[in-house]
Amino acid sequence: MSDVDKAPPGKGWFTRAWRFALELWDVLIRPSSVFGLGVLVLAGFVAGVIFWGGFNTALELTNTEKFCTGCHEMRDNVFAELKSTIHFTNRSGVRATCPDCHVPHNWTDKIARKMQASKEVWGHIFGSIDTRDKFIDNRLELALHEWARFKANDSLECRNCHSAQSMDITKQSPRASVAHQRFLFTGEKTCIDCHKGIAHHLPDMRGVPGWQ
Amino acid sequence: MIGKSAIVVLAIALIAASSSLLAQGVKSSLRGPAPLNEEGPAPPMTPMRNTAEREIRNYPEQPPVIPHSIDGYQVDMNGNKCLSCHARARTGESQAPMVSITHFMDRDGQFLASVSPRRYFCTECHVPQNVTTPPVTNDFVDIDSILNRAAPGGHR
Repeated sequence: MSDVDKAPPGKGWFTRAWRFALELWDVLIRPSSVFGLGVLVLAGFVAGVIFWGGFNTALELTNTEKFCTGCHEMRDNVFAELKSTIHFTNRSGVRATCPDCHVPHNWTDKIARKMQASKEVWGHIFGSIDTRDKFIDNRLELALHEWARFKANDSLECRNCHSAQSMDITKQSPRASVAHQRFLFTGEKTCIDCHKGIAHHLPDMRGVPGWQ
Repeated sequence: MIGKSAIVVLAIALIAASSSLLAQGVKSSLRGPAPLNEEGPAPPMTPMRNTAEREIRNYPEQPPVIPHSIDGYQVDMNGNKCLSCHARARTGESQAPMVSITHFMDRDGQFLASVSPRRYFCTECHVPQNVTTPPVTNDFVDIDSILNRAAPGGHR
């Protein structure tokens, strides 16, 4: 290790970094001569709990409506549109927030979606939809992504609240009751196939199947 | 002298007229007991007819009324939610009545391939129905009733 310290300058940063990594590895694999095994295990455990809890807390913070509407792209476009729909205002006051529909609840799926969402951070920093016009121009593409996701997971985020088992079709309007029995219960279609644009305005629907 | 007394009389008449107007208030059965210069409470919302059963037309040219709720249906430049059931190609799945062929006609009487732009906005003519009592009575009589009760040449 002493030879690392005396590494001749001008060897390039890569060489120095490599030597530092080797030195670090030497430290890491050498058994501790100061701390007991129990202390190390316990410290590792506590640090793990703190890290894991902190990670999940931070993750949950990014899973709130306050966080989502912190960016004007969301607040002025999609959130403003949500407010007049039944998923925001209704007779019983139960409502869906952004992550209820747009973030999977299952942990692994959630992490996968969060990794995808890093693209949205990029988009925010470089202003890909920072004006209303830009947003409207990209609206179809953005909507297509969400429809594809709902279609692929059989509208899982809808079904987190709207369970087909708990659906009392006798309380539905005749039209809804017939359509659900014919298409939903048979598995022929999934929620998003018919219920597009229920929480946000629709993009230009020309060419979207089922629309004129 | 005459002018002065005339002004006094006119002023008294104006005050009397305005005070009697204020005291009286104008009442109309349509707007309820609220005075003209105040806004009364809005009547409660009435439930929407949602049976999905066709209603008869009162006369042959009447645009059929919508027998179901259309809450949140988007009909604008981007899309037409009505047509996702009532368009020709969609009626097989939806079992909804197809948009009338007259809606494919442009103003020169030429038939287009699909709904003509001038007939695109459904709710200009077709409206959903609320369960409510009409504020104004209506003595409209259907043509069939008139034909039935008036035997040609006979007494009523």
